[in-house]
Amino acid sequence: MRKLRVVIAKPGLDGHDRGAKVIARALRDAGMEVIYTGLRQTPEQIASAALQEDADVVGLSILSGAHNHIVPRLMELLKEKGLDDVLVLIGGIIPDVDIPTLKSIGVKGVFLPGTPMQEIVAFINSHVRDRVGGSKGPALRT
Amino acid sequence: MKAVAESGKRRWERETLEPALNKSPERAPTFTTISGRPIDRLYTPEDIESIDYTRDINNPGEFPYTRGIHPTGYRGKPWTMRQFAGFGTPEDTNDRYKRLLGAGGTGLSVAFDLPTLMGRDPDHELSLGEVGKCGVNVASLADMETLFEGISLGGITTSMTINSPAAMIFAMYLVVAEKQGADWKTLSGTIQNDILKEFIAQKEYIFPPAPSMRIITDIFAFCSKEVPRWNTISVSGYHIREAGATALQELAFTLRDGIEYVRWGVDAGLDVDDFVPRISFFFNAHSDFFEEIAKYRAARKIWAEAMRHRFGAKSEASWKLRFHSQTAGVSLTAQQPYNNVVRTALQALSAVLGGTNSLHTNSLDEALGLPTAEAATLALRTQQIIAHESGVGSVVDPLGGSYVVERLTKDMEEGALAYFEQIDKMGGMVEAIERGFPQREIAESSYRFQQAVERKEKIIVGVNDFVQNDEPPIEVLYIDDSASDKQLAKLERLKRERDHTAIQRALDRLRAAARSTENVMLPILDAVRAYATIGEMCDALRDVWGEYEEVPII
Repeated sequence: MRKLRVVIAKPGLDGHDRGAKVIARALRDAGMEVIYTGLRQTPEQIASAALQEDADVVGLSILSGAHNHIVPRLMELLKEKGLDDVLVLIGGIIPDVDIPTLKSIGVKGVFLPGTPMQEIVAFINSHVRDRVGGSKGPALRT
Repeated sequence: MKAVAESGKRRWERETLEPALNKSPERAPTFTTISGRPIDRLYTPEDIESIDYTRDINNPGEFPYTRGIHPTGYRGKPWTMRQFAGFGTPEDTNDRYKRLLGAGGTGLSVAFDLPTLMGRDPDHELSLGEVGKCGVNVASLADMETLFEGISLGGITTSMTINSPAAMIFAMYLVVAEKQGADWKTLSGTIQNDILKEFIAQKEYIFPPAPSMRIITDIFAFCSKEVPRWNTISVSGYHIREAGATALQELAFTLRDGIEYVRWGVDAGLDVDDFVPRISFFFNAHSDFFEEIAKYRAARKIWAEAMRHRFGAKSEASWKLRFHSQTAGVSLTAQQPYNNVVRTALQALSAVLGGTNSLHTNSLDEALGLPTAEAATLALRTQQIIAHESGVGSVVDPLGGSYVVERLTKDMEEGALAYFEQIDKMGGMVEAIERGFPQREIAESSYRFQQAVERKEKIIVGVNDFVQNDEPPIEVLYIDDSASDKQLAKLERLKRERDHTAIQRALDRLRAAARSTENVMLPILDAVRAYATIGEMCDALRDVWGEYEEVPII
């Protein structure tokens, strides 16, 4: 079974990348292949990265409040590229009232401040198993 | 004699401690600060034997200022309570400022939105969804005029958190003051203008390091002649700490950044005592109480000695480190948000006991969004209670002489000087940043801390222990897109009504200055007067200098 491939991206103008970097390392330590796009990625750049990298998961880190603009555009682009089965997750500061809308357009997980890294690892493992063709599949080493 | 005789602490360990440990062991094999630094169970006079009171600590107001820069501490006046605010349109924020000033405030602190901080106009592709969200949007002089409409800039002090486009925002402020008839010579306030910490931590950079540093030395030179009471830079550890640095890394990288600015200023031909007194600092008030107090005390000593000995500064004003502090945003939790009031109070107390010159206290809801008016008021009340009820401001440096605080202060200093040596060997801070040295150190510390939290070696109340599953939601400030729509409409109108030839001429002149060694402040002031936008001015400089792109380090 191949390793899970995760694109971690930081869209928008915000440069606060502590969370993106910590989760990138945690997923890598959990045995996943992690591609960190770096800062200030447009939805177009993120969708292209997902395609080029054959991503199973796209993780977005957003703290600035721009999610309502960025995420719908990204979801559209992923669909256009035939990537609607990619698991899209968001971490950051997301007001509760916005979460149902984000989920309705296909975001599978929204992780707020204080979420343990292992919870995100477990979430990914339980949601993308089918894609990588393993029945028990956890890329988790332990 | 001492070397051979058993020390008092040894004797205590053997006779009193060991039997006690045998009966009831301690709850962990080692204790560490939040930065992961081991901390002993007891500090005694033996731990501070190598410290000389006059040489290392001394009385307040005397070199090296470990105990503070004012002989009377807070007995003269308490620290400045300066709360950072800004959101939506300049009209929205102007209302908030008028209310703050009406309630007796004498200083403002402007939070700009991300497009402004990144030198982009509201109509740029990357500004999508960001206008007015994290602060106020200011795209041109017209917005700055609205922001300070009805507020006399000659009568207040204003702090502006702006870095890459600091010269443009500062020029807008100066032109508003000029139009109000205020004398630049009497204007007082601060621009953050600290680009090194942007490369290291917060990442709101635009231009590459060398031209970025050149803008800063141009501002130093301009202000020493034209706006002599303005604080030209606030060298910031705050963002370095928020990105995951330890207390020691925050201290070392921030002060070494300060030294780098002084070096570039001296290399640009400025006299140390002409510009160093206008350099101020900005630290993070984090959660580990004694470690934080030691950090502030060590900062004053290190700076005084560096300015006096490394740069030969003769003026006492150059030796004295003045600093603002803000409680640690990163320590706030979305879970059980009322706990954040307690965290903030303790952090604020450590900043006060460390001798902070001004302070911002965070609001309880900031892990969820920008603060509501009620939460912001409670944050200010926290400072007022410390200032007026706790009594801690009646004594100067009340923890001076505490064995643990003096030992930690000395260790902080030694640790910072060791970092300086490493960075000096690389050729300076700009070179160290280009190699990714501070970035890598911070990423390591940040990951180590997160692992310690996951292993429950560090407890965060309400997050990895004492968790409550049935929390009622609290009210959160929600910022919609109306500010963006309004700013876009205003920008469109401005672009229609301006004198296009004047704009093109001003931007050409700015490009020419950027290519030469002319001080860029003068062409920026002219472009601002012609109502050039922040995006246009930054683009003119992007044309000449290019943009910085970092190699991400994870």
